[in-house]
Amino acid sequence: MRGLGLVLSNLKRRKLRTALTMLCIFVAFVLFGLLCALKEAFTAGVTVAGADRLIVRHKVSLIMLLPVTYGPRMEQVPGVSAAMHFTWFNGIYQNEPKNFFATMPVTPERFLDMYPEYVLPDDQKKVWMEKRAGAIVGRTLAERFNWKIGDRVPLTSPIWPHKSGGAWEFEIVGVYDGAMKGTDTSGFYFRYDYFDEGRAQGEGMVGWYGVRVNDPDHADAVARAIDAEFANSPYETKAEPEGAFAQGFVQQIGNVSTMLIAILSAVFFTILLVAGTTMAQAVRERTAEIGVLKAVGFGNGRVLGLVLAESLVMTAAGGMTGLGAAWLFTAQGSPVPAMLPVFYLPTDALIVGVGMVLALGFAAGLLPALSAMRLPVAVALRKHV
Amino acid sequence: MSERNGALVHIERVNKTFRRGAEEIHILSQLNLEVPQGEFLALMGPSGSGKTTLLNLIGGLDRPTSGSVRIGGDSIDQMSNRRLAAWRARHIGLVFQFYNLLPVLTAERNVELPLLLTGLSSAQRRRHVEAALSVVGLTHRAKHYPRTLSGGEQQRTGIARAIVTDPTLLLCDEPTGDLDRKSGDEILALLQALNREHGKTIIMVTHDPHASARATRTVYLDKGRLSSEKPE
Ligand SMILES: Nc1ncnc2c1ncn2[C@@H]1O[C@H](COP(=O)(O)OP(=O)(O)OP(=O)(O)O)[C@@H](O)[C@H]1O
Ligand SMILES: [Mg+2]
Repeated sequence: MRGLGLVLSNLKRRKLRTALTMLCIFVAFVLFGLLCALKEAFTAGVTVAGADRLIVRHKVSLIMLLPVTYGPRMEQVPGVSAAMHFTWFNGIYQNEPKNFFATMPVTPERFLDMYPEYVLPDDQKKVWMEKRAGAIVGRTLAERFNWKIGDRVPLTSPIWPHKSGGAWEFEIVGVYDGAMKGTDTSGFYFRYDYFDEGRAQGEGMVGWYGVRVNDPDHADAVARAIDAEFANSPYETKAEPEGAFAQGFVQQIGNVSTMLIAILSAVFFTILLVAGTTMAQAVRERTAEIGVLKAVGFGNGRVLGLVLAESLVMTAAGGMTGLGAAWLFTAQGSPVPAMLPVFYLPTDALIVGVGMVLALGFAAGLLPALSAMRLPVAVALRKHV
Repeated sequence: MSERNGALVHIERVNKTFRRGAEEIHILSQLNLEVPQGEFLALMGPSGSGKTTLLNLIGGLDRPTSGSVRIGGDSIDQMSNRRLAAWRARHIGLVFQFYNLLPVLTAERNVELPLLLTGLSSAQRRRHVEAALSVVGLTHRAKHYPRTLSGGEQQRTGIARAIVTDPTLLLCDEPTGDLDRKSGDEILALLQALNREHGKTIIMVTHDPHASARATRTVYLDKGRLSSEKPE
């Protein structure tokens, strides 16, 4: 665009003021990016949850166990296509409780079949079937401890001590990736048969079941049928959709989102005032120059465009670098993997961010640009440059 | 670009009134003026008599309250703002008392400014800028910013900007008003050369009899009217 040189020169006129305004905008957009990543981190578990899966747990409490024999019985219930059990193992690495991550014994084929969002290469899958002490870990977790395939990893468990009295020995045989960006890849899964023969007590008992239903629309009916199946047994169950499993949370997540939106609105309102004031000052102190531009034949539209372009360049320089910085930061992975395993800046948040940068530039420049446009040339020229 | 009677500027029964609160101030009343092609006209008159106002009407920077302003056959008082801006870009070169250069641009960029509105390529624009700067004798200062130029050099940059589009009419509002005698004389000599050698029609407002002596004709504005005699 012709006149871009003039726009840039004008921005350089008050370097400190321009730099400070850009810095404000930069900080606002870094904040925007990080808060979006945070919001994603809170909601990922809920949005990723499969609509066709139920969680079946002990009716009384999640920490009470169910028999492993319930699995085949659940699969007999009409509408159920598969049932997979989980047990909270609470593995601790290097005797350091801070080294926390989800560890669970599972049945490999069932597990991989039922959770297609965990992607494991076929050859690694084969090895896992062969090695009883084999474990697979998510990409994030593998990177966190720099584990490679073939590494031997000893874990201890306060819940499930090994019969031998020593640590549980595992061999990393696979590293799985998430099929989607929001998939949690911070888990550690190992074989149930290895677990069951090694544990000192509780043989034949598992924590809870994940159940896949044929038709998500009938998930509620299937859940009721499962509970009916085990009613009046020593281990009564409570089945509910996986998404609702996080329901206690969902309410809070709603609050988190509302809070983030409130913070961001306040930040953007402030930034709009800062950028708008800068542009208004820039135009006011340049009245005579705008007069000169008009006198030599710059039309009102061009003058409007020059001021808007200046505002857009200023906000874009601050805002785009801010978004870039937020993106770079989140691309390093979660700063607190134990608390927020899923941490990234979603592409749609980035697009919204770019839209907001443009909207900010436009909004901040509009009034000053209109006043510059309306300024009568003869009046403007009566001021001195 | 010439009228039947040969006049380039043709002003007829022009009135200009400003409003200051409830009060109406009549600055120009029933004013007539003809400026033939190729003239170097000096416009004199006491401060506040309306010289700048008249120049603004001729340059299409302002509109008369009534009456007609025709420049080279164009009735500019009838034009829309948009057409008027384009017309100014083609036909008018303006020189100001305080130069009115943009401080953020170098001399050559200031001179280039009016050319941004034309369809010229950047190479063509550079050639025009060089030509204009060499006419005013400022080629060696092309890359300087206004604040590093003397008053006379700034005014020569201003003149280069005014002539770079080869306008029909050059309007100068006290071009030597802020300069010392020597620099002022150089500017006047330059304007005179533009008039004589390049055939530019020039209207120059001045308070300085020394300056008006360079012109081919002098008119006096007083109490809203023009006369060729210096009023008492
Ligand atoms: N936009 C305006 N609104 C109200 N009054 C104005 C406006 N523009 C000019 N005037 C008044 O019109 C009168 C003539 O102004 P003008 O600038 O044309 O005088 P001038 O002859 O150029 O004076 P000087 O020699 O001081 O430059 C002045 O009294 C001025 O205050
Ligand atoms: Mg004046």
